[in-house]
Amino acid sequence: MNNGRFGTYGGQYIPETLMNAVIELEEAYTHYKNDAAFCAELDDLLRNYAGRPSLLYYAEKMTQDLGGAKIYLKREDLNHTGSHKINNVLGQVLLAKKMGKTRVIAETGAGQHGVATATAAALMGMECEIFMGKEDTDRQALNVFRMELLGAKVHAVTSGTQTLKDAVNETLREWTARISDTHYVLGSVMGPHPFPTIVRDFQKIIGKEIKEQLYAAEGRLPSAVIACVGGGSNAMGAFYEFIGDNDVKLVGCEAAGRGVDTPENAATIANGSIGIFHGMKSYFCQDSDGQIAPVYSISAGLDYPGIGPEHAMLFESGRANYVPITDEEAVSAFEYLSRTEGIIPAIESAHAVAYARKLAPTMKQDEIIVINISGRGDKDVAAIARYRGVNLYD
Amino acid sequence: MTDIKKAFENGKAFIPFVTAGDPDLDTTRELILAMQEAGADLIELGIPFSDPVAEGVVIQRANERALAAGCTIDRIFDMLRSLNGDVHVPLVFLTYINPIVVYGAEKFMRHCQETGISGVIIPDLPYEEKGEISDVCHTYGISLISLIAPTSHERIRMIAKEAEGFLYIVSSMGVTGVRSEIKSDIASMVAAAKEVSRVPYAVGFGISTPQQAQEMAQKADGAIVGSAIVKLVEQHGKDSRQPVAAYVKSMKDAVRKA
Repeated sequence: MNNGRFGTYGGQYIPETLMNAVIELEEAYTHYKNDAAFCAELDDLLRNYAGRPSLLYYAEKMTQDLGGAKIYLKREDLNHTGSHKINNVLGQVLLAKKMGKTRVIAETGAGQHGVATATAAALMGMECEIFMGKEDTDRQALNVFRMELLGAKVHAVTSGTQTLKDAVNETLREWTARISDTHYVLGSVMGPHPFPTIVRDFQKIIGKEIKEQLYAAEGRLPSAVIACVGGGSNAMGAFYEFIGDNDVKLVGCEAAGRGVDTPENAATIANGSIGIFHGMKSYFCQDSDGQIAPVYSISAGLDYPGIGPEHAMLFESGRANYVPITDEEAVSAFEYLSRTEGIIPAIESAHAVAYARKLAPTMKQDEIIVINISGRGDKDVAAIARYRGVNLYD
Repeated sequence: MTDIKKAFENGKAFIPFVTAGDPDLDTTRELILAMQEAGADLIELGIPFSDPVAEGVVIQRANERALAAGCTIDRIFDMLRSLNGDVHVPLVFLTYINPIVVYGAEKFMRHCQETGISGVIIPDLPYEEKGEISDVCHTYGISLISLIAPTSHERIRMIAKEAEGFLYIVSSMGVTGVRSEIKSDIASMVAAAKEVSRVPYAVGFGISTPQQAQEMAQKADGAIVGSAIVKLVEQHGKDSRQPVAAYVKSMKDAVRKA
């Protein structure tokens, strides 16, 4: 562990009521991450339940169409439950079970993390409650029903902006009220220590596999790894293995919504400033009084006013770059990947595809880009139809 | 600035809380004076925050009302300046760490000193992170008030040892808000803290009736009430002065009996 700091970022800024819970979690994690039986059990779940390793697919048509770097897609969308979220959730719910917890709670934005948590809870026999912003329960009604089908109770959060940040607030409040039997399955590389480290460790398998699979296919490292960033767990998972490989460009794509120069975006690095919120010191979209800004993105999963502390460190050191991608660019990339490769990506992941479309033509043909397709886009089809003015239900 | 110790010199203390700027700062100003008049021994003033994670729905709504009405940190300091020495009970702020660090901790504490604020309570700044602002608090003589919770156990001694002003005993699990029953073993929390600390102890979270306040004050040096008062402000808006003063008087009378 690193005392919860990534450079000056991170920390444990939470109510005293929760302090012993995070200390207990850190102790349990430090023990189990080196426990052979725990690691074997998790490995078995990842292979035989989640379907790992996920494919690294050579997108030949996209490569030819863009006419520059060779493009590979890391297919996290093919995991059970349809996104990278399952990697972290299987690890955390197994850990919670070892800790003697019988109930898990979680926040969710797009619903992917909520669905993954409800799935793992069903599998491991845990009680499960999910907190989701009211606006997101409307945007992602199918995922709400999916979670209920899996036996979870879904709470629509009506406070504040009724999106992901408010869902995190409400889950933190719930955890404060009931700690002894409950684990908070935090969904991203954010929140108080040890969550950013635990979630990164459970997600770093993405980058580890990319490295092995690309060596097998091409015998070399990629020139760039591109991933979307809300809190930043799929990006951290894809980047981590490559941090020491300085020739590999790491690019995080944040949600610029209707544009970084409009009030309606969630581009934390482009528009945010340093603050302390949700247990961590990092970058946040906020005003000069430290009031957290209401953010906006077409993507419920990127609609978050902060970014994980390790990303803040990577940004500050220049090791990773962060670029804003608008709704329009993301929707266009969503349609592009569907038509070009027959793969419908999550609207979150489409932000990474959008940047690759700009970057690839500027690169040489012997260079390689890996795009992390963090999730599948079935959940977004109705929202994209609405965006394009198609009314599916009338 | 009034020494926090003074609040605990008139028998058991009654400590009311209101959110600054709810429904507006003129009302907050009136409420401070009215609560002092009605027997409040120390007044907690909440600086509204967009995402108050330690608060229940009543104080969350007060935060939203205050922000929607345009309350800012600078306007709160202006309101305090306008009190112009009329307040003789200690005043402390309750807010979250983000507004302080983004406003600028140095500027914030300097303005606290200038406007007679004696201390700050920051629910999301636990013992391990208090180094974030403790030096600048000390520079300006502002007490950084610590909290202990029913889950603190062995942490109580560590926290109490460095306690400043008074020690805030969180009576219950969860967030702020009225509770019908307080089950935590307050007496043993106080006993653990007393072994290493000499600051006074006040119990908060969940207290609303005179009977509860009296009960809590028997176990500690004072009782803190937030949500029950904020509810009155929600109900009466700009006309809250009378009902809040009457409530504070009844609560001070109750803790006097403890």
